[in-house]
Amino acid sequence: MIAEATEPMVSRPFRVDRTWKETHDTFSLELHPLDGGDFTFLPGQFNMLYQWGIGEVPISISGHPAAAGKAVHTIRAVGSVTKMMRQLRRGDVIGVRGPYGTPWPVADIAGQDIVIITGGIGLAPLRPVMYHLLQHRDRYGKILMLYGARTPNDMLYVKELEQWRGRFDLHVSVTVDRAESSWRGNVGVVTNLMPRFHFDQEMTIAMVCGPEIMMRFTLQELSKRGIPAENIFVSMERNMKCGIGLCGHCQFGPDFICKDGPVFRYDRIKDRMLKREL
Amino acid sequence: MANAERITLTEDHLDVLIGNLHKDGYRVIAPRLEGGAIGLDEIRSVKDLPRGWNDEHGPGTYVLKRDAGEALFASAVGPGSMKRFLFPPEVRLWKATRDGSRFEIHPESHHRSPKFAFLGVRPCDVHALAVQDAVLQKGRFVDADYVRRRKDCLIVAVNCTSASANCFCTSMKTGPKATMGFDLAFTEILDGDRHVFVMETGSEQGRAIIKDVPHEAATDADCQLAEAAVQETARRMRKQLSTDGIRELLQRRFDDRRWDQTAERCLACANCTMVCPTCFCMNVEDATDVSGAVAERWRRWDSCFTQGHTYLHGGSVRFSGKGRYRQWMTHKLSYWIDQFGVSGCVGCGRCITWCPVGIDITEEARALRDNDRNTSTSNQGSV
Amino acid sequence: MEDLKTYLVEHPFLQGLEPRYVDLIVGCAKNVRFDTGEFLLREGEEANEFYLIRHGKVSLEIYAAEKGHITVQTAGEGDVLGWSWLIPPYHWQFDVRATEMVRAIALDGKCLRTKCEEDHHLGYELLKRFAHLVSQRLESTRLQLLDVYGDKD
Repeated sequence: MIAEATEPMVSRPFRVDRTWKETHDTFSLELHPLDGGDFTFLPGQFNMLYQWGIGEVPISISGHPAAAGKAVHTIRAVGSVTKMMRQLRRGDVIGVRGPYGTPWPVADIAGQDIVIITGGIGLAPLRPVMYHLLQHRDRYGKILMLYGARTPNDMLYVKELEQWRGRFDLHVSVTVDRAESSWRGNVGVVTNLMPRFHFDQEMTIAMVCGPEIMMRFTLQELSKRGIPAENIFVSMERNMKCGIGLCGHCQFGPDFICKDGPVFRYDRIKDRMLKREL
Repeated sequence: MANAERITLTEDHLDVLIGNLHKDGYRVIAPRLEGGAIGLDEIRSVKDLPRGWNDEHGPGTYVLKRDAGEALFASAVGPGSMKRFLFPPEVRLWKATRDGSRFEIHPESHHRSPKFAFLGVRPCDVHALAVQDAVLQKGRFVDADYVRRRKDCLIVAVNCTSASANCFCTSMKTGPKATMGFDLAFTEILDGDRHVFVMETGSEQGRAIIKDVPHEAATDADCQLAEAAVQETARRMRKQLSTDGIRELLQRRFDDRRWDQTAERCLACANCTMVCPTCFCMNVEDATDVSGAVAERWRRWDSCFTQGHTYLHGGSVRFSGKGRYRQWMTHKLSYWIDQFGVSGCVGCGRCITWCPVGIDITEEARALRDNDRNTSTSNQGSV
Repeated sequence: MEDLKTYLVEHPFLQGLEPRYVDLIVGCAKNVRFDTGEFLLREGEEANEFYLIRHGKVSLEIYAAEKGHITVQTAGEGDVLGWSWLIPPYHWQFDVRATEMVRAIALDGKCLRTKCEEDHHLGYELLKRFAHLVSQRLESTRLQLLDVYGDKD
């Protein structure tokens, strides 16, 4: 095995164990390392996935953080690399570099109420948080998840969302931007769901991930509700090439999203959210 | 500085040094006249140095004149820097072979790197090297190729006895005298018929190498000449860039109208990033051969000025020239300090010389500072 | 009347309204109930009432021939429906249907318009609240229009 410390641009071969479709343009892969080494990650981190001869993409890890040796990724097929990856089948091998990036603060939030507000594919990097919270349910106060999607057909992890909704010890509310009349659930932006819930200003930790516009309005709403910026965490995104702070592409002001993020405490980046072209 | 630490070499002695370095397996890289510029390239002897050549820099202009008599190191900086050798524009990172669905990667770093001896590099460039070291090999992840090339480098710096019109190393505290990061450093003295190099050592390696080169102890007079020449250079430096609170200043001026004004001139041609000795943006490019059996990963120079640099979800975050110029300058003078603890600018002036429209980073900094001062002393905003 | 007044005072939309204005409004109010599937209002009809929802869920729908009903927004407890009663020609712009059994306070538009003309302070208080409501709806609608989750690559 080539040591990561001295050769961080060399990908590790991982074998595809399972693939499945999530929505019309999104699919998931379950991988394990072929080199006999281990794989562990913290919720919020990402891998650089290499498709033979075509390129690499940064994809957040969306599986259970306690499931040893496995990497699960939910991927939207939008470019040349991800469209090729959609054709991967069990037994295929891809390259993996990672895990990289800063995690969600799951270690520091015992005793707090947790609010997860996410939209679209932003649910993927937050699912490991939910897994972790539920595995240690008694450590936390109230748990609330608000999820917005384009249409009911674009919702990720529907079965799991339904399972979570069915539990007595947490609250899950979903909404879509538009729907046919067969949809009996909420229609409207995810911030519309927020007035229905009480957020304790001191006890609440919020984690937000989704398209930047959605995050901006959610953060405004959270601020209006009196949640201090130090209690809000955001996952940011920028173009990435190396994933390890050397190529310069993912800079967001003074921070590199790949190593100072992607998860940021909101007070650190609050002033940057309204700076155009930052 | 005690005289005992200084020595003098003649031109012939310098030639012996170059010869010894060759024998030691070094590729000796020094200023060379080529293609209408004084670049950095391999030399075999003193004869290959640009004797008598001087360079005149201006905003967007670079002219060579042969009016420096016998001087070998009269010029300032050329478009190239040590970056070309230690962080080359194109490098293959690895090759991989595929067997069925499995693949195996063979990193290039398993091959040996050439040993570089840089002779006649400027103090600003020596600082630039230290900046690149901080960026590429001091973080959690290192650039393996850079580490490999950098490991056995020998630095023989030349102190500047003249400054170009675009130099501002005194502002950035990187010259005109080399004070760190070298194995040997010298000042060229032309005094009547005498042509000597007053040299000091800066490391064990430097001391070891100079043992085998004929030299003499430096006289007080020569040391004073060397010192005076360097101080005169500092005094004559025309451009200034105030670094007082520059980190906060640039971040504060994000919405300054100056960016719009400069953006009207900037062509986003990326020249500045190519000639800058500290710019490090690179692209990772994967490719395969026609059969698909062999794949390669390459590292290529990139620039924050390209349209696609910040591509995300169907568009670019920094889609305008204004956004990109602002990013380059703010990164160079401000964010760099947050990221690496030092400024990204060493005051070499190359970006001014090789900007086709002559945008001057020192003027930009001055304008922003003036706007900042005017804003805080009046109620009007700066739009 | 007392029950109605309590509900009016408690409803988020009228929070902060001076008691004498609540009294003025009570005269135009009545309790209503809609069963699942019933329409509260229909596109094109005269907008005579607006609703403060106390309980249940509704969907705002627009009918398109090739697509059937498209839901543009859902609303529930604590929400307000309808401002077309304020703005000539006083016609509804979309359908609103109860997706769960709905209890609401219906406020008579004509009655309220008259009272607002008589007492401009009342008019101002109501318009302030409706302006806020309309701006929130506009903001939400714009966000939905942006299709932020959509595929842009």
